[in-house]
Amino acid sequence: MIGRINDEFNFNAQALQLRSQRQEVLTANLANAETPNYKARDFDFSTALKEATGAVKAAGNAMTVNLARTQAGHIAGSSTVGLPVAMLYRTPTQDAIDGNTVDPDLERGQFADNALRYDASLRMLNGQIRTMQTVMQNN
Amino acid sequence: MSLNKAFEIANSALTANSQRLSTVASNMANAESVAGPDGEVYRARKVVFEAFSLPGSAKDAKAVRVKEVVTDSSPGKKVYDPKHPMADADGYLTMPNVEAIDEMVDMIAASRAYQTNVEIMNTTKTLMQKAITLGT
Repeated sequence: MIGRINDEFNFNAQALQLRSQRQEVLTANLANAETPNYKARDFDFSTALKEATGAVKAAGNAMTVNLARTQAGHIAGSSTVGLPVAMLYRTPTQDAIDGNTVDPDLERGQFADNALRYDASLRMLNGQIRTMQTVMQNN
Repeated sequence: MSLNKAFEIANSALTANSQRLSTVASNMANAESVAGPDGEVYRARKVVFEAFSLPGSAKDAKAVRVKEVVTDSSPGKKVYDPKHPMADADGYLTMPNVEAIDEMVDMIAASRAYQTNVEIMNTTKTLMQKAITLGT
């Protein structure tokens, strides 16, 4: 039963996680809009979502963070940060003399679009939660 | 959570751009400073940005910081003013190599970058606020 509830939420939860990851990448691009030799990054959302929901095999690597062990008796622990996504480089439309490939207009557009879609995912998840609550409430 | 990192990245850009704005202010304020504390003429300064990874952030999402502040080594304009105490043997005074137009362009670019990042932080804040009220 719990597993089925989990499956119900899984798709939008993964989408939300990926949206926030993409938000981070786009923020990094805009923050580095004037850093010499910075190359704009992004990932293909649709592929990443297919990978995250298990439709296709993941190609990217998630980042692993290990617990610091200062004593021999400490238990080793590690956790992954974010979902594995294959990071790509943006193809520049105009070359800059300092080797920077960030197009601020494009990035801002993508940022706004991604923020809206993040909001949409949140709303859908909220709707699902409400549906579940309605089902569970016994009058 | 990635949105927290987005917040930190945008914040790093605010810090870097405010430092850039300070440099512009310093250059403009000293556009006529023929002698600094070391007795030398003031030279225009420029910040150089560098991308770096924040700890715990996705490895391809980089924040920005000021790598170094470089001094413009181009020669300053010479002005004939034999009565000035800093004038050389031929009566010429070396002025700072600050280009007011360059500085204004830099100032506008820094201020636009600052505004962009403030808006990013606002958007991110709104999204986070919505996320924490999920399911209520």
